[in-house]
Amino acid sequence: MAIDFNIMAGGEAGQGVQSVGMILAKAMAHGGLHVFADQDYESRVRGGHNFFRIRASDRDVLALSEELDILVALNKETIGLHSNELKSNGVIIYDQEQTKVDVQGGIYFNVPLAKLAEEKAKNKLMTNTVAVGAAAGLAGYDFNILASVLRNEFARHGEKIAEDNVVAAKAGFDFALEYGAQKLSQKIKPTSGNNKRMLLHGNEAIALGAMVGGCKFIAGYPMTPATSILEYIADKGRQYSAVAVHVEDEISAMNMAVGAGYAGARAMVATSGGGFCLMVEGLALAGMTETPVVVVLGQRPGPATGLPTRTEQGELWFALHAGHGEFPRAILAPATAEEAFYAMIKAFNLAEKYQTPVLVLTDHHLATSYATVERFDLKAVKIDRGELISDEESSRLNDYKRHLVTESGISPRALPGQGKALVVTDSDEHDEAGHMIEDGETRNQQNLKRLRKQDSLKAEIGSPKLHKTRNAEFTLIGWGSTYGAIREAADLLKKDGMPVNVLHISEIWPFPAEAISSALSKGTKSIVIESNATAQMANLIRRETGYKVNGTILKYDGRPFSPQEIVDRMKKEVT
Amino acid sequence: MVTVKDYAESIPIAWCPGCGNFAILQALRKALVELKTEPHQVLFVSGIGQAPKLPHYMQGNVFNGLHGRTLPAATGAKIANHELIVIGIDGDGGAYGEGVGHLLAAMRRNVNITYMAHNNQVYGLTKGQASPTSDLGFVTRTTPLGAGQPANPLALALSSDVSFLARGFAGDVEHLSELLKMGIEHRGFSLIDILQPCVSFNHKNTYQWYRERVYKLEDEGYDPGDKIGAFAKAQEWGDRIPIGLIYSKERPVYEEQLPALKKGPLVKQKIDPLQFEALLDEFM
Ligand SMILES: Cc1ncc(C[n+]2csc(CCOP(=O)(O)OP(=O)(O)O)c2C)c(N)n1
Ligand code: SF4
Ligand SMILES: [Mg+2]
Repeated sequence: MAIDFNIMAGGEAGQGVQSVGMILAKAMAHGGLHVFADQDYESRVRGGHNFFRIRASDRDVLALSEELDILVALNKETIGLHSNELKSNGVIIYDQEQTKVDVQGGIYFNVPLAKLAEEKAKNKLMTNTVAVGAAAGLAGYDFNILASVLRNEFARHGEKIAEDNVVAAKAGFDFALEYGAQKLSQKIKPTSGNNKRMLLHGNEAIALGAMVGGCKFIAGYPMTPATSILEYIADKGRQYSAVAVHVEDEISAMNMAVGAGYAGARAMVATSGGGFCLMVEGLALAGMTETPVVVVLGQRPGPATGLPTRTEQGELWFALHAGHGEFPRAILAPATAEEAFYAMIKAFNLAEKYQTPVLVLTDHHLATSYATVERFDLKAVKIDRGELISDEESSRLNDYKRHLVTESGISPRALPGQGKALVVTDSDEHDEAGHMIEDGETRNQQNLKRLRKQDSLKAEIGSPKLHKTRNAEFTLIGWGSTYGAIREAADLLKKDGMPVNVLHISEIWPFPAEAISSALSKGTKSIVIESNATAQMANLIRRETGYKVNGTILKYDGRPFSPQEIVDRMKKEVT
Repeated sequence: MVTVKDYAESIPIAWCPGCGNFAILQALRKALVELKTEPHQVLFVSGIGQAPKLPHYMQGNVFNGLHGRTLPAATGAKIANHELIVIGIDGDGGAYGEGVGHLLAAMRRNVNITYMAHNNQVYGLTKGQASPTSDLGFVTRTTPLGAGQPANPLALALSSDVSFLARGFAGDVEHLSELLKMGIEHRGFSLIDILQPCVSFNHKNTYQWYRERVYKLEDEGYDPGDKIGAFAKAQEWGDRIPIGLIYSKERPVYEEQLPALKKGPLVKQKIDPLQFEALLDEFM
C-alpha cells in the first residue's frame, strides 16, 4: 500500500511551529521519503495563528493534501481551526494542561508535553521536541532517524542541548507507543535503500542556483517573500565570494546590480511587487545599456502592500511590461524548487548572452514551500557568458564600440578595466561607441539592434510541459507554482473518471506561442488555472496565439490551490 | 606618460559657452594627469543633467545612468571591480534632490568613490527650474513664489560622518584640481561640492557673485579634522563662502571589509559550479 501521510503542526507565532514542522519533514526526507511542506503565517512576530503542513510519501509529491493523519496542536485555537481537516481515523496530539482543552478519547490524544519535557529532559523549553517525538511515535516512524536529525539540528548549540533534545523526543515517542499505538492505524515507514534527497524551499533553491550559476553580487531591501534569498547569499557569500548589499531602497538595489553587471559581475536583485515597482526605471536602464541583470520577482497579493505573507500570481503582465520604452527580456516562471534552481542558472546565462534583463517570476507559495528534490547535478551546470571578450583580446582593442551594430543585435562585450578598451554606455540613446546622440537614424539602428536580440532569445525558451491522459476531454493549463496542485488534481480527476491533460508553462517570455497553439489545437477544452482574478495567462494566450480558452479557474484569496479544490471546481464550474 | 591630451574629448561639447562646467572638466583632466592615471583605469559614472554629460567629454570608461542614481551604479561597479578608480558626477539636482537618499547611504557605507556635485543651484538641463540648493526666494517657472529653504549639503554630509568633504569653485581651476586629487586619493567616500556658475539660468549666483564671496580655508589655519568646526563652516553662506577641504576622517572602507574580495576583484574570480557540493550537503 502506497504511503501518503499528512501531518500539521499549528500554534501561535513564536511558539516554534516552524521548527516542529521542519524537524519532522527532515526526518521523513532522511528516511528516503518524498516530502512536500508549506507554512502558513501571518504578518506578525508573536500571536496570531501559524501552521506548518507536511506531506510524506513513497512517491513523488508535488502538493499538499487537505486530509490530515496527525494534527499537532500547540494551542487551543489550532484544534478549533483544523480538526475538521482530520481524516476520520486521524489523531490530534495536544497537551491538555497547556492548551486547557477539556476533551477526551476518540481523535484526541492528550500527551503531557510540557511535563515530559521537564521530567525527562529537565528543560521545559523542549516541549516542542516532545511533540515531535510523539508524532513520530504515533506514526510508527523510526526513532533513530529522528534522533540523528535532532543531533544535526541542535549541534550548533552544543552536545548537551542536542542530547537533551533527543531525550525529550524519546519521551514523547515512548509515550505515544505506550498510550497511543492503537489510536492511529496508518503508519509511515522509511523506504529501504539509500535514496536521500535534498529538502529545501523555493527561495533556497533560487539562492543556491544563483550562486552555482556564478552570481557574485546581490543588492536588496527586505521584502516578503524574497528576503531569504538576500539572507542566504549574505551568509554563504562570505565563504563563496559573493557580495550581498543591504541597500537603502529598491531603486538603489536595481541600479547597484546594473552597475555591478556593467563592471562584469553576475548580478541580481530579489524582491516582491512593491519593491519591483521601485526597480522599474532601473530595469529599463539595463535594457538600454545592454547590461545583464537577473531579477527575482516573488509575487504576493497586491495591489500595494496587499497580503504580505500570502500568495498570488497577479504580476505576470507587470513583469511583461515593466519598464519604459521597448527592450528585450526573458521571463522564467519555475514550477518547483528543482526548476527554480536550474532556472536561475539559465537566467544568468541568458542575461549575459543577450545582454539584457531576465526575470524569474515566483510567488510566496513556491518561495516558502519545502520539497524534496534529487540532489542537484553540479557537473551538468553549464556557464555561458555569451560574447564576452577575453582579457587578451581586450588588451589589443583600440577604438572599442560597446554597442556595435551586428546582425544578431549582440555586441561583443568588453569589461571596464579589463584592458585598454574603454567601455562607454549611456541611458540616453547612444551611438555604437556609447556616446549620447539625437539623430533619428542612429536611434533607429540602436533600437532595432536591441530588439533583434529578442528573436534569437525566443529560441532559448523551452516548450511547456504537456502531460497527456488517454481520452482526455480537458486540458488544464497552468504556469509557475500551481504545477503541483494541477498535476495532482489531474491524478484525482482521472480516478474520478474525468481524464484531463496538463499543459504547464514554466518559461513565459518570449512567449512559446507555437508550442501552445499546437497543444491547444487538439480538440480538448482548455481550462486555465491561475492564482489571480483577471486571468492574466488566459489573456496572454489569447493575445499571443489568438486562441480563446474555454474556461478559467481563478483564485485570489492569497492561499495556494489545493488539488482537491481544483477537482471540486472542475466538477462544479466547468462541467 | 599620460598627458591632458589623452583625456581630450572625442565628440563636440554641448554646454553653453561660458558654462562653469568647462573649468571643472579642465580641473578633472589636470587632476587625473597629475595622479598619472590612465583613461582605462578610470570609470566615470554619472546621471542625467548638464554636469553628468562630462564623462562623454573625457576619455575613460563611462556608465552614464539615470537621473539621481549615480551612486548606486557606481557602488555596484566598484564592488564588482575595486581596482577601478570610480568617479561619480552629478548636478545638484541629481546629487541633492532625486538621489539624496543614495548620497546619505553612500556616505554611511563609505565605499571608495569620489563624488563630484556640480552645484549651479539650478536645474540646467531642464531649463532653469529651482534646485534643492537654490537660494531662498529664487524665482523660476516652477517656483513663481520663490524657492523654499535651501538644502545644506555640507551639513548633511557632516551629519552622516562623511569621510571626506570639500568644496571647490569652478572659477579656480588650480584649487579645484588639488581638491579633486585629494578626493581621488582619499580612501573611502569623498564628496566634492563644486560651485558652478550657470550662465544661462542662474543670473544670481554668477562668477562675479561667487568671486566676491569665496575664501580659502587653508589660508585661515583651519583644521579639517575638527567636526564641530566643520559644522560651523557649513553654516557660512552669504557674505563669505568657504572653499577648500572642509572635513576629512579615516573610516573603515566598505569594500575592504568584504571577505568575498580577499581573493581579488569579483570580476576576476572564476565561476566554478563544482565548488558548491558542500552547500548542497547542508540540505541533505
Ligand atoms: C526620473 C527623472 N526625472 C526627471 C528627469 C528630468 N531631468 C533631467 S536632468 C534634471 C535636473 C538637472 O539638474 P541638475 O541635476 O542640477 O543638473 P544640471 O543640469 O544643473 O547640471 C531633470 C529634472 C529625468 N531625466 N529623470
Ligand atoms: S544651462 Fe547652465 S549648466 Fe547647462 S550648459 Fe548652459 S550654462 Fe552650463
Ligand atoms: Mg544643477
